[in-house]
Amino acid sequence: MKMKKKAVIITLLIGLSQYLWAQKIELVNRDWITQMSQNKSDTTYVINFWATWCKPCVEEIPHFEKLYATYKNQKVKVIMVSCDFKKQLETRVIPFVQNKKMETIVVFMNEPNPNNWIDKVDEKFTGAIPATLIINGSSNFRYFSEGETTYERLEQVIKPLIN
Amino acid sequence: MNKLFLSLLAAILMMASAFKTAENEGYKVGDVVTDFTLKNIDGKMVSLANYKKAKGFIVVFTCNHCPFSQAYEQRIIDLHQKYAAKGYPVVAINPNDKNRSPEDSYENMVIRAKDKKYPFAYLYDESQAIAKIYGATRTPHVFILSKIKGKNKVEYIGAIDDNSEEPKDVTEKYVENVLNALLAKKPIAKTNTKAIGCTIKWKK
Repeated sequence: MKMKKKAVIITLLIGLSQYLWAQKIELVNRDWITQMSQNKSDTTYVINFWATWCKPCVEEIPHFEKLYATYKNQKVKVIMVSCDFKKQLETRVIPFVQNKKMETIVVFMNEPNPNNWIDKVDEKFTGAIPATLIINGSSNFRYFSEGETTYERLEQVIKPLIN
Repeated sequence: MNKLFLSLLAAILMMASAFKTAENEGYKVGDVVTDFTLKNIDGKMVSLANYKKAKGFIVVFTCNHCPFSQAYEQRIIDLHQKYAAKGYPVVAINPNDKNRSPEDSYENMVIRAKDKKYPFAYLYDESQAIAKIYGATRTPHVFILSKIKGKNKVEYIGAIDDNSEEPKDVTEKYVENVLNALLAKKPIAKTNTKAIGCTIKWKK
């Protein structure tokens, strides 16, 4: 009986921790992209569009994690926008983020119709992921690239913006 | 004077068209496409010219492994069932490099097409030349063509509908709307749309 109680408490605790983790993944929409595009702050935002099912995306996550770790004391924010299916947010995206111990900011694109937001990221964005947007509002800087990237490339783009 | 002007104009136009090829951005709506000859899952070579009775085509760049292609697989089959008899068959093309995506090899295409009973041609763009000429970037990526005096003109480029995840929540069937407009000889309301998809796995 005592054992059973313990098991129940442990299960509850695991459930609670997962719930707290779940809260860490903010849902964003097309207005969020507009706000990011129009922000005037001197923070450099590195925004990557990815999904757990996308192999080249998953392969380049370490570059973004390294970028975060290297520049965390400077005005650089690395945001990973998950484009997964909504029904896989709890079952796949959150466990993935936990397992990989991702420290970058992970948000979830909560728009059922991609045609409503892809053009707001960049007109050149065809919807193929991975894709990366880098913005620095105070210097009116904007960089967009569709396809895989490298750590060196990311660093090359952000370095002039942070000094 | 007039002659000089004309030759200058010709030179400028030639330079402009050279630029266009250099950019290699692929087809735009209104362009006439060149035909291709690609290997089908039954081993036979297929060209658009083989479809004598077609009024046009639903060309879909797709593949085996991509979850978005899988999410749309049944809808692509349904499109063919509904529109092939009306003159617009589906022609599916897999452009992925088998080294980068082994699931998309020709052998696996044959297996998938048999398993899912594809009623349409499923062609292998092994050199990736056709995907490049079209300007396809992701799977699935649709190009609707209409046959005008023996030439195939691009009428639409984009997504199949506005909800990849939930077929029941679709509010706009982009491809069907285009086909219905073409069949009714009415203007097409939306000629370009975008969707999230898997990047084409280009050879490295």
